[in-house]
Amino acid sequence: MANVLHIVVCAGVVPDPLQTLEPVTGPNGPGLKNEMVLPAVLDPWAASALYEAAALAAKNPGSKVWLVSLGPKAKLQQVMMTVAQKAGFELVPIDGPIGGFPDAHSTAAVLAETIAALPGLDREKLLLFGGWESATRGAGVTLQLVGERLGIADQFQGVDEINLRDDGSFEVLERVEGGKHQVSVCLGAPAVLGWATGNLAEPRNNPQIGMANMRSLMPALQKAKTAKLEANGLRYLSINLPKQQRTTRVVKDLTPDQIAAELVEWIGAE
Amino acid sequence: METILVLTHVDETGSVLTRASLETVTAGKELAARLGATLAIGIVAPSSAGAATAASSLASAGARLLAVSGEAFAQARYATDAAACEALCRAAEASIVLAPASSRYTRIAAAVAHRLGGFIDAHITAIGGADIVEATRWFYRQRVEAVLSRDARPWFLLLDAGTHAAFAGQPDPAQGEEVAVELPESRTTVSGLRAPSQGTQTIRPDAKLLFVAGAGWTKKQPDGQIHAAEAGELILGFLRASSASLGSSKSLVDQGGEGNSVLPFLTHLNQIGQTGSTPRHAKGLATCCHGEEPHVVGWRFIGERRAVSLDPNCGWTRGKADVVYVADAFQVMAKVNALLQQEGVI
Repeated sequence: MANVLHIVVCAGVVPDPLQTLEPVTGPNGPGLKNEMVLPAVLDPWAASALYEAAALAAKNPGSKVWLVSLGPKAKLQQVMMTVAQKAGFELVPIDGPIGGFPDAHSTAAVLAETIAALPGLDREKLLLFGGWESATRGAGVTLQLVGERLGIADQFQGVDEINLRDDGSFEVLERVEGGKHQVSVCLGAPAVLGWATGNLAEPRNNPQIGMANMRSLMPALQKAKTAKLEANGLRYLSINLPKQQRTTRVVKDLTPDQIAAELVEWIGAE
Repeated sequence: METILVLTHVDETGSVLTRASLETVTAGKELAARLGATLAIGIVAPSSAGAATAASSLASAGARLLAVSGEAFAQARYATDAAACEALCRAAEASIVLAPASSRYTRIAAAVAHRLGGFIDAHITAIGGADIVEATRWFYRQRVEAVLSRDARPWFLLLDAGTHAAFAGQPDPAQGEEVAVELPESRTTVSGLRAPSQGTQTIRPDAKLLFVAGAGWTKKQPDGQIHAAEAGELILGFLRASSASLGSSKSLVDQGGEGNSVLPFLTHLNQIGQTGSTPRHAKGLATCCHGEEPHVVGWRFIGERRAVSLDPNCGWTRGKADVVYVADAFQVMAKVNALLQQEGVI
């Protein structure tokens, strides 16, 4: 028997991981140099959450996926052109600042307020998805704060797998220390799941899904509300790139035997 | 005056504090001494006897000891752990709360901060400052380092493991003040831990050495063939002989996930870098990795770094590794394994 789920995925946009990042401090606080022109992608762990949500919704007819994303409207539009080809969802954009330096508590407050006001959302069927950490702030607290603000008492972080049962309960695998998973069974929605990589590969582009998404995507972007994020007393005293430049010894003229001997000696040294 | 609370929890024995907890105790002691603050330590344990044993190990810390104990805390679970830590924070009336960034406390610390009307910053790697508290953490997956501070209280700081020495005081009989917890209705049952199904536990956080396997292991070799089985034997043989932990690049892990039986013992849990972990080990040995910033990110907290690569111009090695051996990793690792087995080095 299928369970009807209302899955809300929180996902931000982040600079493409291959870009060079340079921090700068401007009148509005810290940021990245040329941040608005850096190519952006959907936050990788949150993207895993979106693909898992779409797969779960597809297996449970009547279910729906919302994608709530906070970022500059122009950036959201750019990234959604790609993401919309991969999974079916209703975009709920929030026009706000980009980057990892705004306070997580403010971000969570805006997200929670937006989710609470989603038309048609049944909180009893709610699974709140997102990445367990972002690739920007990387604190791993925003989703937890959103869940707490929405009064959700069952939360799971570092999720790699969810197995939904006929009675609406689900088994969930969370990453814990030592390369293991903690296995839990939750009686059902509502719950928060902060995803790690999951088990699904990135879906191929599907023009049909893209067309369906596009019908609602552009109007949603046009109507996106603007959010201002409070600093909550957070002050940055310094922001720097790491200065770990090592002197690399490149060894080209040793035989495998000689290299092995050197390595074994190095491994065994205290 | 600040009141600092260090939140700790016991390991699977039920009475021994985790190493990450003890590291946080050290951070708390240092911070309290610097600020002239009051120090309290909160313990979460599955029994009062376990809590007492844990408290005894902290007797010389010079801190007020508080404890929450009960069967409900035998396993890590959001609802019960959040209730326990909330009770400890309220009992201590803490203005600054330090907690280890264990999976257990990472799951709940932000929620507890919110319940107390406080704020949280996670993945803290250092705490400095004389007059104000200055916390250091990384942004953009260990690519930008920032020092921050907050005036708002209570302020929760989640400390990354491996950033402080573990507290090791003289054990002495001690009993923490028992703090009562109003348990919420539990909708989640924890059934236990599950290791990767491949049967080989290759992730060892306490290992001195991190061995990183790159995608080159499953590329065509000079004979035009792929030698994935041989690669797997060499890697596992090395891990057995050296007790190293295994990390991998995303590209190599993804090959396994796409149904290719290249290195079947690799999972996403092994992945390091942008979408993987950033482990802390004294030494790291990379093999068949190629030069991309995501790989470098995964190595941010590795002490001594060496690499074996066929590409002398590999971008990640220059300025990032201490030594790069330009050689065939298949040949080198076969010799290394033979030597390790002969000499029993580790």
